[in-house]
Order: sequence, then structure tokens, then C-alpha cells
Amino acid sequence: MSAQALRVTDLHAYYGESHVLHGVSCHIERGEVVTLLGRNGAGRTTTLRALLGLVSRRSGSVLVNGAEAIDLPTHRIARLGIGYCPEERGIYASLSAEENLLLPPPVAPGGLALEEIYDLFPNLRERRTSRGTHLSGGEQQMLALARILRTGARLLLLDEISEGLAPVIVQALAHTIRRLRERGYTIVMAEQNFRFAAPLADRFYIMERGRIVAAFAASELGAKMPVLHEFLGI
Amino acid sequence: MSTVLGIPVPVILGQLTLGLVNGSFYALLSLGLAVIFGLMGVVNFAHGAFYTLGAFAALLGLQYLGINYWLALLIAPLAVGLLGVLVERLLLRHLYGLDPLYGLLLTFGLALIVEGSLHQVFGASGQSYPVPEALAGAVNLHFMFLPLYRAWVILASVVVCFSTWFVIERTRLGATLRAATENAPLLQAFGVNVPLLVALTYGGGVALAALAGVLASPVVLVNSHMGNELVIVVFAVVVIGGMGSILGSIVSGLVLGLIEGLTKVVYPEASNIVVFVIMALVLILRPAGLFGRE
Repeated sequence: MSAQALRVTDLHAYYGESHVLHGVSCHIERGEVVTLLGRNGAGRTTTLRALLGLVSRRSGSVLVNGAEAIDLPTHRIARLGIGYCPEERGIYASLSAEENLLLPPPVAPGGLALEEIYDLFPNLRERRTSRGTHLSGGEQQMLALARILRTGARLLLLDEISEGLAPVIVQALAHTIRRLRERGYTIVMAEQNFRFAAPLADRFYIMERGRIVAAFAASELGAKMPVLHEFLGI
Repeated sequence: MSTVLGIPVPVILGQLTLGLVNGSFYALLSLGLAVIFGLMGVVNFAHGAFYTLGAFAALLGLQYLGINYWLALLIAPLAVGLLGVLVERLLLRHLYGLDPLYGLLLTFGLALIVEGSLHQVFGASGQSYPVPEALAGAVNLHFMFLPLYRAWVILASVVVCFSTWFVIERTRLGATLRAATENAPLLQAFGVNVPLLVALTYGGGVALAALAGVLASPVVLVNSHMGNELVIVVFAVVVIGGMGSILGSIVSGLVLGLIEGLTKVVYPEASNIVVFVIMALVLILRPAGLFGRE
């Protein structure tokens, strides 16, 4: 198996007629945590969606664990071992919390058992019979994360998971991400919240207008602050 | 003899029972329509045609292949369901994302083609399907003699309808279906083969219509336009229950059958329009339907 979990080359994506990604190239090593940073509308969410084929049209190359995915339908891409946590969390209102948890089918062996997940997210055990959307925002985010850990996916695409959550919940999420990283998961996060992402990621990509405009490692963070100022206004 | 409002009670009970038989067909057909509409947003105007095809499959299977009634109950829905899968894969899938009107027009066209072809080949006069031996005869309900076959129709329909409801509302497969109804792209991003799920759901909904057709074949004349009148009432039932509501379609189907039966006793002239009057009232007072989400 290829050492790279993900290699994206010259990825273009379109929503209807509008051209939204203009040749994105990036790579994620196995076991890495990488964050896509950028302003609103820079293309972070679109990049994650385009990786899964959730756009009208795309071109370029997307290698997932060494396999070309550019021409595959979305469900086949997921089965290459990807777990996706969408920006709006995607909790199903017509399903209970536990039904939400059990919804995604296994895509690879080695997924967490239900009990392990409940040990990791004790709140979800208490709320298992509640309707998915009756959970608090934090619980819904935990649920969205938990349900892809069941599937055996080792490459997680997490879209804005800290958005709109109380600081104490964001801290708990950061703790969870660290634990996942220790377990060897490969994680790609699209984040607007730099403070949340900075201490978690091994590397950063900065996006602007559907392109990657800068890339650097966590160790370069101090030296790269002027770049961050320029593109993120932080 | 006891009476209510001057009408003998046995007469009322008799019409209610016959109403329940009609309601059984309404429920089976509207259930399929509701499942299809819920998942695909397609108003399946070909539903009556698939019901007719189910009855013809049973009739022709008996005449040419010697397939008996019980086997036909299984085989006809499977064959028609398969045809439904083909229709979805080859035709309907090209219309997703467009105005629902296109799906309605396509299925309406299909219905006309099926009906016209059957008319061309088999003529306008109907043929009857023999009542299976095991269900010949009648049971004495004291207020009426209910033909055993009609009792069987009620039983079979109620069992099939509530089994379908159970599968959708209480099982893992049903949870997947409900999720696809709510947000299909995300479900596909989890690795579920949504296009296949949609095709099988359409096939399943259509198979329910075909099953109703087989069940109906011994009590109606099997002819090319048998689905026609029925499906208009069934659409009214679906509107009353709430488009896409599973339980709503079953309950409204059965209850409207009963109401129709009762109307036959109280004011027979209105029995053909009572469902549509109720539909109009529901549309005015609660447009999402009795069981639909506002």
C-alpha cells in the first residue's frame, strides 16, 4: 500500500457552470493531521467535497491510498477508506442518535465497536434513543465524528468541526483529535478557527479563491505568521 | 332488527366490510406511491399501470405457464418490480434534479403506453381470474356472508402494509432508506450505493402495486384500464394522508375505504366523490396532509 493516504494533483471542480477549484494539489502522508486554512469562500469545504465527488464535475487526479478516485462514483470513493464529517454535521432528523451512529456502512476492517465509541463519547450513550437533531450542538458534532469511527475509515475528512461550539466543547474536540492521531488516523481538517487547528496539525495548507497559496509545517508556524496575517487576517 | 338512523345495522356493517376490502387496495397502492415519492420525489403516475400489469402477469401466468395463484402472488410482483427497476435505471434517473413535473409526465406517458398496448393485444373486455380453491366459499359474520377471498384480501393487505411500515421505521435497512430520503448525497459519501437503493426502492414500490393487482384479479375484471379509476382515488388518498408519509398512506387508505362504504349506506349518490370532497377539505385545512409534516 502507498505510504500516502491522499495525493491530489491539479484538482478542478465545478458547481453547475461555476468553476470553484482551480488546480488544487496537495498530499497527506499516512498518520498526518493536515489543516486547510482560508477565509470564508476560499475553497476549503469545496476541496473536501470535491475529494468525495460531491460536486457537479471535477477533473485532475485524486489518489486515495494509491488508488485513482477521480472517475469513481461517490460511494466507491468512500469505500477506499474515507470517513466524512460534513460542515453542517449532517445529523439525520428522522433517525435516532444510535441509528445515526449505525448508519454508515463499514468501509474497511478495524472500525471501533459501538461500546468503544460510547466509552469515547459517554454523552452519546445517554442520548442513544433521542432523535438525532434533538441533541445539543456539541453532542451532534460528537455524533458526526463518532459515526465515521465505526466504519474502519482511516482517512478522516473533517469540515469545520469546531464551528459554532462552546469553548469547552471545542477543547473536548481537540482532545479527541489528539487521541485519534495517537491511534494513527490520517486527518484532513478544513478550519476557519486557527486557534483550534494550530496546536493539532502537523502541516497547513492555505487556500485563497479555490487555490492553495501557501503550505508549511507546524515547525514553521512562527516564521509564517506574516503569511497567515496576509491571507487570514489573524 | 336494530337500526341506526333508520338504516339496519347489518347493512351498515356489510358496507363497512366491503369498504375495508376497497381500503385494502387503496392502502397497498398508496403505500407504494408514498415510498416512491418520499425517496425519489417522483409522482409515479404509472402506478396504476403496474397494478394492471400485476393482474395480467397473474392471469397470463395461469393461462400459459400454469402458475397457480399462490406462486403468482410471489412471481408477478417480482417480475413487475424488476420491470420497475429497469424503468428507473433507463428512464427516470435522467430526470432527477429537474422539476418533479418531468417525472410525472414521463410516468404518465408510460401508463398510457402500457394501457394502450394491453388494450391492443387483449381488447377492452376483461377476463376473470378464478378464485383459488382454498379461498372459495364464505364466512358467516352474522350480519353478512363475507366471501373468504375478500377476507383474505384484507388480511394480506394489512399484513403486507404493516410489515413494510415496520421495515422502514424499525430496521437498519429502513434507517438507511429514511436517511436517503432526508439527505442522499451525504449517505452516498458514507459509502452507500444510493443509485442502487433508489432503483430497488422504485422496484419495491411498483412491486406493491403489482401485488395489489394480483390480489384484485379474482374480484375484478382483468382489463387494460383496471388501474385507471383506482389510481385516481389512490392519488387522492395519498394527498389526504400526506405525500411521502408511510403510516399516513396506510391508515388513510383503510379509513377512506371505510368512509366510502359508509357513504354507500347513508347517501349512495355521493360514494364516488366522497374521497375527493375529503381531499379538497384536507387541502384547504391542512395542505401537508393529515400525517404529513407541515
